[in-house]
Amino acid sequence: MPIRQIGDFSISYVQVLDEHGNLDEELEPELGEEQLIKAYRAMVLAREVDQRMLKLQRQGRMGTFAPTTGQEAAVVGPTLAMTEKDWFVCSFRETPGRLMRGETILQTFMYYNGYEEGNTLLPSARTLPVSIPVGSQIPHGVGIAYAMKYLGEKDAAAVIFFGDGGTSQGDFHEGLNFASLWRAPAVFICQNNHWAISVPRSKQSYSQTLAQKAIAYDMRGIQVDGNDLLAMYKVTREALDRAYAGEGPTLIEAVTYRLMMHTTADDPKKYRSEEEVQEWWKRDPIPRFKLYLERKGIWNDSRQGDLEDEIKKEIEAAVREFEQKGDFKPDAPFDHVFGTEHEEIEEQRGDFLANLAELEKKEAANA
Amino acid sequence: MPKINMVQALNLALDQEMAKDDRVVLLGEDVGLDGGVFRVTDGLFDKYGEERVIDTPIAESAIYGSAIGMALAGLKPVAEMQFSGFSYYLLHQLESHASRFRSRTQGRWSVPLVVRMPYGGAVRALEHHSESREATFAHFPGVKVVIPSTPRNARALLTASIRDPDPVIFMEPKRSYRAFREEVPEEEEVVEIGKAKVVQDGNDLTVVAWGAMMRPTLKAVAAVQEKRGVSIELIDLLTIAPMDGNTIVRSVEKTGRCVVVQEAPRSFSVAAEIIAKINDKVLLSLEAPVKRVTHYDVVTPYFGRELMYIPDVGRIIRGIDETLDF
Repeated sequence: MPIRQIGDFSISYVQVLDEHGNLDEELEPELGEEQLIKAYRAMVLAREVDQRMLKLQRQGRMGTFAPTTGQEAAVVGPTLAMTEKDWFVCSFRETPGRLMRGETILQTFMYYNGYEEGNTLLPSARTLPVSIPVGSQIPHGVGIAYAMKYLGEKDAAAVIFFGDGGTSQGDFHEGLNFASLWRAPAVFICQNNHWAISVPRSKQSYSQTLAQKAIAYDMRGIQVDGNDLLAMYKVTREALDRAYAGEGPTLIEAVTYRLMMHTTADDPKKYRSEEEVQEWWKRDPIPRFKLYLERKGIWNDSRQGDLEDEIKKEIEAAVREFEQKGDFKPDAPFDHVFGTEHEEIEEQRGDFLANLAELEKKEAANA
Repeated sequence: MPKINMVQALNLALDQEMAKDDRVVLLGEDVGLDGGVFRVTDGLFDKYGEERVIDTPIAESAIYGSAIGMALAGLKPVAEMQFSGFSYYLLHQLESHASRFRSRTQGRWSVPLVVRMPYGGAVRALEHHSESREATFAHFPGVKVVIPSTPRNARALLTASIRDPDPVIFMEPKRSYRAFREEVPEEEEVVEIGKAKVVQDGNDLTVVAWGAMMRPTLKAVAAVQEKRGVSIELIDLLTIAPMDGNTIVRSVEKTGRCVVVQEAPRSFSVAAEIIAKINDKVLLSLEAPVKRVTHYDVVTPYFGRELMYIPDVGRIIRGIDETLDF
């Protein structure tokens, strides 16, 4: 019996705008001026929020957080392609998209300074809170996608973000398998930023690409220049259209780079070279997109100056508001253990409040 | 009222909730065409279709994780773990997400999600099919753990669980699935989650049990009452977490003596928690130390020896006698 070939698989790579600003006009997505500027503003805002938070963190005015500098296009591109009906299911390095989906800078600050009040976007915003355990949010997105299909919402899909490290988790593989079987309207976006804390992409998986992991699930997999906003937008847009049409999920590998530390508690000098980081700064997604806008004649130095001023004011207003906020209810965690009232919880709340009152009394006496 | 067994009673609860609310969907291994390996979902696939009774791949973490997503998107999923022994893959989703969404978002989001799982021994099953690990689940804040003991309360508690706004771990004593029948009303019935039930009043001693332990405990209590002419108060816990400590405490305050019967190993257990609650509130009412009649702190033995390890009528009687005689 001759051996027959029964499958034929390949993975494509998409880039529309390269790091030198060269544009492939055939692949260029149709985006109006308003959309283009919205995307640019979102990237600049995210970069500035990131850098401001870094300073605040170093001054002890902000908790630990995961910087997003360098990865803005990989998140802003897909978020621009989404509508309000789509679900944003993220891990912890998607702040640029969260801010586009309605989260305020103040909420971001509250979240990263240790208050659940930062997670108070309503379910109607279809934007899930940050998920910290790596890859664990993937099945949630798949279940949401199933629900959209079940409820007959034909123009809604789940867009699920995770990192290169996330592809090693069982939840990634189980999630892709379920999504493919269910023909669920889901778009998986792997932000391959090359580093899972100190473990490089090369030690995360022997696979040539992460996109090819889709092939095992008979799912479309595609690798994209994750620092190219136009490519990220275009590929996500197509994946969403396929999802709405019932053509199944897509895995998008966004090749990007984490220019900063994993979190503010990490020192990347211990495990990677400065030369490597400098090489990736040359592929920064923001200057190349700015150049694109300038060449299109919709951006100039004056508009840049206005934008920078406006963003600076917005961030400083949020810093001020955040630092004046002191009315966090101490016993709020007792309010939200269950959706029903229970004696045991109320009794422990009483205990907690009595203890707190005692402490305050002592402090007052010592003052 | 028809007399039905626990499997039929659970099926009735699922059927009625599905008929009433098309947001209720079932998912799990073999729950569809096969009707579940214990037949709890029998007939529902034919009645409601494959979109609502979903046969999933064998991946417990994704079954529970995707059910979390369904709940977040407005459905009321009822997931099945084929056996509690295979449910541990869901623990990270339970601890990391299902239990926390409400608190994490200060009540903006919730995860109304039931996962049913047969638990417990004495059915001559292979390894991993006989454990009683309710304390493990009960230790996660934000999680409700419910264990019925009869067909009627199984039906009413499952109905309440499906309507509950929080994640519920619904543990079904598989030993009791077909062991006996009980009259179960056709019309809807719910039992409030978080409340224990005083099954019989008494003055001389309190016995607390739940799930599959209720049957041998009832027999033991009847035997001791008959033999010694004492009156024993019997409490069926029904909800493990959040625990209805006050019902137990009030009873022990009256009787002064207490025996807890549990199928699970002794240390770090629900019985230990019951004793802590008694000590907190009514220590000085006690006439005797609270007795635990339990499995031992050993890995569940294979079924050749299992009956020697699970509390039986004889051990429960001895526990009650010792506590009365102290």
